[in-house]
Amino acid sequence: MTGLEDRKNQRKTTMPFSVKLNRQWLGPVIALLLIIIGNGIISPGFFTIRIVDGHLYGSLVDIVHRGASTVLVAVGMAIVIGTRGIDLSVGSIIAICGAVTAVLIRDTSLSPFVILLIALAAGIVCGLWNGMLVAYLDIQPIIATLILMVAGRGIAQMITGGQIVTFHGPFFEAIGSGYLLGIPWRVIIAAVLIAGLWAVMRKTALGLFVESVGGNARASRLAGIDARGIKVLAYVISGLCSAMAGVIIAADIRGADANNAGLWLELDAILAVVIGGAALMGGRFYLGLTVIGVLIIQALTTGILLSGLPSQYTLIVKAAVVMVVLLVQAPKARDMILRAMQRKKS
Amino acid sequence: MINERYYPLLATLAVCALLYGYGIYEHRAFSDTYVLGNLLTDNAFLIVTAIGMTFVILSGGIDLSVGSMIAFVGVLMAELVGGFGLHPLAAVVIAMIVGTGFGGFMGYLINKFDIQPFIITLAGMFFLRGMCFVINLDSVPISHSFVSDFGSFRIPLPGRGWLSASALVMLAAVIVGIVIAHYTRFGRNVYAIGGDRQSAELLGIPVGRTTVQVYALSGLFSSLAGVVFAFYTASAYPLAAVGVELDAIAAVVIGGTLLTGGMGFVIGTFFGGIIMGVIQTLISFDGSLNSWWTKIMIGALLFGFIVLQRLITRSFSGLRAGAG
Repeated sequence: MTGLEDRKNQRKTTMPFSVKLNRQWLGPVIALLLIIIGNGIISPGFFTIRIVDGHLYGSLVDIVHRGASTVLVAVGMAIVIGTRGIDLSVGSIIAICGAVTAVLIRDTSLSPFVILLIALAAGIVCGLWNGMLVAYLDIQPIIATLILMVAGRGIAQMITGGQIVTFHGPFFEAIGSGYLLGIPWRVIIAAVLIAGLWAVMRKTALGLFVESVGGNARASRLAGIDARGIKVLAYVISGLCSAMAGVIIAADIRGADANNAGLWLELDAILAVVIGGAALMGGRFYLGLTVIGVLIIQALTTGILLSGLPSQYTLIVKAAVVMVVLLVQAPKARDMILRAMQRKKS
Repeated sequence: MINERYYPLLATLAVCALLYGYGIYEHRAFSDTYVLGNLLTDNAFLIVTAIGMTFVILSGGIDLSVGSMIAFVGVLMAELVGGFGLHPLAAVVIAMIVGTGFGGFMGYLINKFDIQPFIITLAGMFFLRGMCFVINLDSVPISHSFVSDFGSFRIPLPGRGWLSASALVMLAAVIVGIVIAHYTRFGRNVYAIGGDRQSAELLGIPVGRTTVQVYALSGLFSSLAGVVFAFYTASAYPLAAVGVELDAIAAVVIGGTLLTGGMGFVIGTFFGGIIMGVIQTLISFDGSLNSWWTKIMIGALLFGFIVLQRLITRSFSGLRAGAG
């Protein structure tokens, strides 16, 4: 007892701030800073932010701009991973929602806002499907979402008729590449959505429920939490976020490409969540750190391009980063390092 | 009464027979051995990959790196044959050693550091795809007399059809897979680990070693699939076989292997791969249906088999609860 209390007191006296939080933020933030500084050394013009035609312009802005769609997907993925799940179907949901948007613009004269709502609703339906499979049929998340991942691209191709459907319209062009007060619209949309999610998750008990379901679904059910409902909700949120990303990606290229829209984005999203310190075994998730994870990936990609290395090295570097992060996170590896250090001391 | 663990396999066989029967009923040409020969040839690399995947899934894991492995083996062989002037057979041996070694390395990481196989093999998938791009960015032909001999080799079947060399390699791989799964100690260990890891460990089964071996075996089969694919197309393309890992998992599931591990048959995977090929052939025969129906149909079949699996495992746990 006294030992425990001593430790408590010690923590209070020597570490006045919430140390746990700081330590979690430290790794990813330092990594991001190092990569950005590295980029600055490689290319001297990296930090300059200019205003061209009333828009912010520069490599740093570019990173945020390109990361906007990935970050949306990654945040939804973070919540799903928090429930001890995984959502492999986000790329297909992006393709479906892009296809819905493009075809509705081409074939109907609905107001763009209604079209946006319909596309988001399509994403919610996809999320509901995933959630039902995972929560009510008790199918492993990897496999349950694999179904939509395989079939989803087929559905998207069916919607577009197998072609790349292009469209024009001021509303969607603004979403894809427009600016408000010099800031890209897509960044604003992503920021607002993520802020909303953060508020819902962290200012209410919902985030705690998600983490408790991920930690132990059965115990949470016994404690009176609707574990199945929470799981469905997580997949619905992921579907909604992917839908928004799908609309942004379609608006960016002013067309829907059922085959390639959002291809491999699920991997980037999972990678970002893992860099952000979430355990793949569920039970905890960090929205802010996930955002930083996306920025790290994006800064790394930009850095590889700036350094003059061929872009094909991106994948190898990403693989190496995942491995390092995983090994550092793995409890067994940590034990080994600790033991080795202790041996050195003695 | 038939043992309950044969139900998924029986369902697979029934679906295969139904689809094939429907094809014969709708299109007269479908009964020709020509169609059968093409089915075996076109799906050879997928089925070979899926056999390796069967072992991984039986052991309770997953291997997402197989698609990249196929592309990597092709690109590596093209480089060895075209760049270094090696004989294709020597290139095959080197490629398969590299593939097996890489699979074993992933298995080592999974076992040693207790990390989820899903994420390790995901990193492996990135890495191998990246290595393809580093070696070569374009589609290159593999031109050697041996490769063209391999491509033109065929054993005639009664009717208009024939068995190609790819199909023969695949059938041999299926037989080897069945032997490994059911007639070796390693195979039994895989089933035991997939069934209940802790019990297997308590029984003295070398869980760690078997895990490494399972991923090495998956690397071996997927690199063999890469060899078949490269010879079949007589070229190497770094973006080849994107998404094959998912097709392979789908073939294993449709073949009746339980996703939680411990239950399933290599022969089921063979029929799972054939079912996917038959769907594709049916859709191309029909003409009015578009290619995306393949994906939707395979998704629907996946759904059907997974629900079937849930029902079976539920009845299992029901039995256990009743006995306890």
